[in-house]
Amino acid sequence: MPQLKKQESQAIRGKAWKFGKNIDTDAIIPARRCNTSDPKELAKYCMEDADKDFVKKMTPGDLIVADSNFGCGSSREVAPLAIKSAGVSAVIAKSFARIFFRNSINIGLPILECPEAVASIQEGDEIDVNTPKGIIRNLTRSESYQAVPFPDFLQQIIDLGGLSAYVETRLATNNGKDDS
Amino acid sequence: MSHTLAEKILADKCGKDEVFPGEFINAKVDMVLASELSGVLAVDEFEKIKGARVFDPEKIVFVMDHFTPAKDINSAEIVKRCREFARENGIRFYDVGRAGIQHILLPEQGLVVPGDLIAGADSHTCTYGFLGAFGTGIGSTDAAAAMILGEVWLKVPETIKFIYHGKPPKWVGGKDLILHTIGQIGVDGAMYQAMEFTGEAVVSLGMADRFSMANMAIEAGAMAGVFAADETTRAFVEKRSQREGKYWQSDENAEFAETYEFDTSQMEPFVALPYLPENVKSVSEIAGQEIDQVLIGMCTNGNLEDLRAAAEILKGKKIHPDLRAVIIPGTQKVYLDALNEGLIEIFIEANCSVSTPTCGPCLGGHMGVLAEGERCLSTSNRNFRGRMGHPNSEVYLANPYVAAATALAGHITSPNEVVN
Repeated sequence: MPQLKKQESQAIRGKAWKFGKNIDTDAIIPARRCNTSDPKELAKYCMEDADKDFVKKMTPGDLIVADSNFGCGSSREVAPLAIKSAGVSAVIAKSFARIFFRNSINIGLPILECPEAVASIQEGDEIDVNTPKGIIRNLTRSESYQAVPFPDFLQQIIDLGGLSAYVETRLATNNGKDDS
Repeated sequence: MSHTLAEKILADKCGKDEVFPGEFINAKVDMVLASELSGVLAVDEFEKIKGARVFDPEKIVFVMDHFTPAKDINSAEIVKRCREFARENGIRFYDVGRAGIQHILLPEQGLVVPGDLIAGADSHTCTYGFLGAFGTGIGSTDAAAAMILGEVWLKVPETIKFIYHGKPPKWVGGKDLILHTIGQIGVDGAMYQAMEFTGEAVVSLGMADRFSMANMAIEAGAMAGVFAADETTRAFVEKRSQREGKYWQSDENAEFAETYEFDTSQMEPFVALPYLPENVKSVSEIAGQEIDQVLIGMCTNGNLEDLRAAAEILKGKKIHPDLRAVIIPGTQKVYLDALNEGLIEIFIEANCSVSTPTCGPCLGGHMGVLAEGERCLSTSNRNFRGRMGHPNSEVYLANPYVAAATALAGHITSPNEVVN
């Protein structure tokens, strides 16, 4: 496959907001807010049922740092979309629920699986992430942690900027189904 | 080499002789599914993709079921957008009055047969494992991509094997087996894995019980929950579909990540307490807990057999005066069959509200949303905080017998306590 222009990787730097384990998609964005696909509208209610003041407290660029099974429950893509639209620059967790994981990759929300970082980072710590390398730096504690690398197949989608770009690439190279 | 049922379906769908856990594949889908909630975002993405065309309109289905009949203007708008997209592209489209809850609807309409790969933008797409198909939840951008390419990217899962021994006692069904299982392994106990349900207890179960079990595989984090299709499956499918399925089975020496064995012969019905499906207790341990609302139906227990179970308990009786009950048949056909069998009359005589098919209350949409501090015992599949309404409301999950018995008593109770 020819390489499309890679997405410019954005600087990820901000304060850590910590959450516990099994944060479900209803906590990330409750269904009562899901009667729209407007990202700006969704952003207002990000994490509402886990911490109703989250959107007020956070600053764009900040990160969510959560325990295991983040994003369990529904397949709603508005969950990572609400997080991304609220300005959260990345989510670091011990593990991600499967559909949330793929949705995040597909829409280009940076996610990092790193139990060590979750164990060490405290709320309010200043965090810096190098996504291509998966290196998480804790500027407050002068530590750094290595996230689990993505398999090549997923890294390719990430590098293209998401699944839609991947599909366009497939179509452009006639690997897609458009000519069949 | 030996393989599991899940591995065999996925190998078949990517044109390989065999696939192995951990391998990334692009698999051909037999059906791409979305509701209006996931569909609207899929349409947004589809329209952004240059050169997008649907790969096969017969293999794409939109079912308007979550917030329908439209609960508010926004919901009406997103249904409208899905409806217009469906018309333009000629895909299968099920609207209000012709539909029902998608996971009950598709098998009923003969759109899924054993061996199929169903990629659905709804987490409970894992339900199709009850037919020996591989159903798995995807997102909206995934659905857009699948509508164009006819493929979905998947990581081949490991399989966990569950063996259920013995004969489940009266009042214990598939819902109880799966609640017990999730209680044992936790809400991330099968993360990224397939669950395969086997053993004499499940082989003897009917299709509705198998349905409830596969439906809740996602509540253990699983990618799919599968049964080997057998003669019971064949009888179900042949009545509904012209298509011949593929009846895969795990090889005898297939490699499973883990194996769990349960004896069902001494089981009681189970109840999952707020706020996770893994907080499971037996009904006698939680008996007496007061309840404000009972919800019977939804995808997990909205088949005709489930409504029969509730009616068996409610027949000729009235629900507790301090409690309200909402009954939601899975589809228009289930509704009509229930009507013809006299079940709907039993429910109305018992003072239950009977609703048109919708996912509504299960996810706090409409048709039975909870106020602060209220408790609902529901036959649905999720009890997360705020799931059915106010963040400080509570949901308890149980089978339809327990739900009906609870409706009569006004508090959680075993069906034994209310039948003569």
